[in-house]
Amino acid sequence: MTAPVLSVRGLRTDFATRAGRLTAVDGVSFDVGPGEVLGLVGESGSGKTITGFSILGLIDPPGEIVAGEVVLNGQNLRGLPEDAMRRLRGDRIAMIFQDPMMTLNPVLRIDTQLIETIRAHRDVGREAARQMAEAALAQVGIPSPAERLRAYPHELSGGMRQRVVIAAALMLEPDLIIADEPTTALDVTIQSQILYEMQRLMAERNTALIWITHDLTVVAGLAHRVAVMYAGRIVEMGAVDDLLDRPAHPYTHGLIHSIPSATPRGERLQPVRGMTPSLLNLPEGCAFAPRCPRADAACKTRPEERRIGDGRLVRCHHPLESGA
Amino acid sequence: MTALLSLDGLCQTYVNRPDLAERAANLMGAGYRETRVRAVDGVSLDIAPGEVVGLVGESGCGKSTLGRMVAGVEAPSAGRLAYRGTALEAMTPDQRRAWQLEVQMIFQDPFASLNPRMRIERIVGEAAVVHGLIRARDRRDYVADLMGKVGLAADMMTRYPHQFSGGQRQRVGIARALALKPRLIVCDEAISALDVSIQAQVLNLFEDLRAEFGFAYLFISHDLGAVAHIADRVAVMYLGRVVEIGAADDVFGDPRHPYTRALLAEAPRLDRRAQDFTPVTGEIPSPLDPPPGCTFHPRCPVAAPACREIVPQLQPGPTGRLAACLRETGEVT
Repeated sequence: MTAPVLSVRGLRTDFATRAGRLTAVDGVSFDVGPGEVLGLVGESGSGKTITGFSILGLIDPPGEIVAGEVVLNGQNLRGLPEDAMRRLRGDRIAMIFQDPMMTLNPVLRIDTQLIETIRAHRDVGREAARQMAEAALAQVGIPSPAERLRAYPHELSGGMRQRVVIAAALMLEPDLIIADEPTTALDVTIQSQILYEMQRLMAERNTALIWITHDLTVVAGLAHRVAVMYAGRIVEMGAVDDLLDRPAHPYTHGLIHSIPSATPRGERLQPVRGMTPSLLNLPEGCAFAPRCPRADAACKTRPEERRIGDGRLVRCHHPLESGA
Repeated sequence: MTALLSLDGLCQTYVNRPDLAERAANLMGAGYRETRVRAVDGVSLDIAPGEVVGLVGESGCGKSTLGRMVAGVEAPSAGRLAYRGTALEAMTPDQRRAWQLEVQMIFQDPFASLNPRMRIERIVGEAAVVHGLIRARDRRDYVADLMGKVGLAADMMTRYPHQFSGGQRQRVGIARALALKPRLIVCDEAISALDVSIQAQVLNLFEDLRAEFGFAYLFISHDLGAVAHIADRVAVMYLGRVVEIGAADDVFGDPRHPYTRALLAEAPRLDRRAQDFTPVTGEIPSPLDPPPGCTFHPRCPVAAPACREIVPQLQPGPTGRLAACLRETGEVT
């Protein structure tokens, strides 16, 4: 196997809140190879977004990365000075957010914003930068890019804005893109257009992609590998087909059986019962135990990560037989 | 069997008139004009007692506006809306009241649709007291009973909305709708804001309540999987019009309108791996300036020249399915 683009080891991010200290990301480890798409799946509060922010070094107080390594192309990013981190962000790693207006400045034209980004990282003139920006817009399927460059963000539709943000992320050909629910707010036909562009560009350029989402159905069509997060930990990780067809962790199984289209019409859904626990008040041992149909006394101790048959990692004392 | 609710050529047009400053500017020749948006353009639809009708379409297609008219939140600008066989205009005050109470709505955002300064007991029980369904002193017991039906502990009724999670709040919204003994519930993206596992719990709750009380639902959603799961019949909307309608199994199994086919082809599914996304091109046109003829023709893979001129009507095609497409009705081959 080729060397991974990104290698995360034992990442732990804490937040000090008035109610106490909570661990949003708790010992997360994974690799992403060149051209690989890793789907990072979890429900709200599972720590998937904070994992993305931690990789980029975007954790501000009261949050703090307390342990672990984030290695990009052999270079450990933890402890890197802020100005070195700034040079990496947007250049070697880029992030795409759910709301494109988190990235775009509403009072600046698209060209101003894209040219500024390019010239912050590359020693090129204004005109050359403008041409790069125009080429980037064309690449993500924006019609008449020269005209769109002169538009303000509010003049574009939601789908177009998200394309602009993707163009901005791809512009400098980063090694890694972290996309946090970039299509959740979009309509199906627009989502499908954007997934199409992403898939094509990742394959063309061998870019590594981490796709953070709550939606297993999007991951099914896009990702090569999937990691499922629950209460700050990765509970199961493996190849997309293995994990979706033969889930080993009871939580993965519950998530899959919560999706209406996976259940024949008229049959009752079998969702995970109960709700996500507060990170401030996690049960001892396995955090999923109170909602788990297979839990017993053994689950009072914290399950360690273990490898099952097909190279999959599972954090469970009682993985489902079908997965073994 | 008579329809519980029937819509015939229902329209909703929003007019944006020039404001004072713009009218003043017009005197100097600025040329601001009145703009009109046909949010809903001639929709006909029946809902039978106990039936679940799914309404799907992308943002801006008018599905929420239609739901709001059905629930009486907005008055239609044209067309006929009848409840239990009586048209809106012909209703006696009693019939109008019955319509307004028996059609209840559940909203998308469980954070915005509950008054943050009221306790749950009042949120759920107030309307039933005001409308004389129960006496004020029975409110506590009445609400306790409803809380049980939606899977919440009765003692939670003394709390405020901020003390609940999203899924629990949506259950409070459902209890509030149930309190008025509805016959038809309009669910406007009622599960979209919830986590996947909670969505499934709420979908199951909708089905349980239907089995127990025989409610009809107008289930508005962009989530085709959820609609396919719960609906008996499905209507697909595009730019204010229904383009296809039929039994859920038929529409999802054999879509006849090119837009329905595109929607189904592009909906991500769990069993679709390493998908080659081949999207339909373009975006929904602006309803301020809809394309002539069939409004879908600029994005349609099988559009013919005639599609630019003739507005297709919702008619039965060779399979008997109602679809608004010239190819289905044989006007274009």
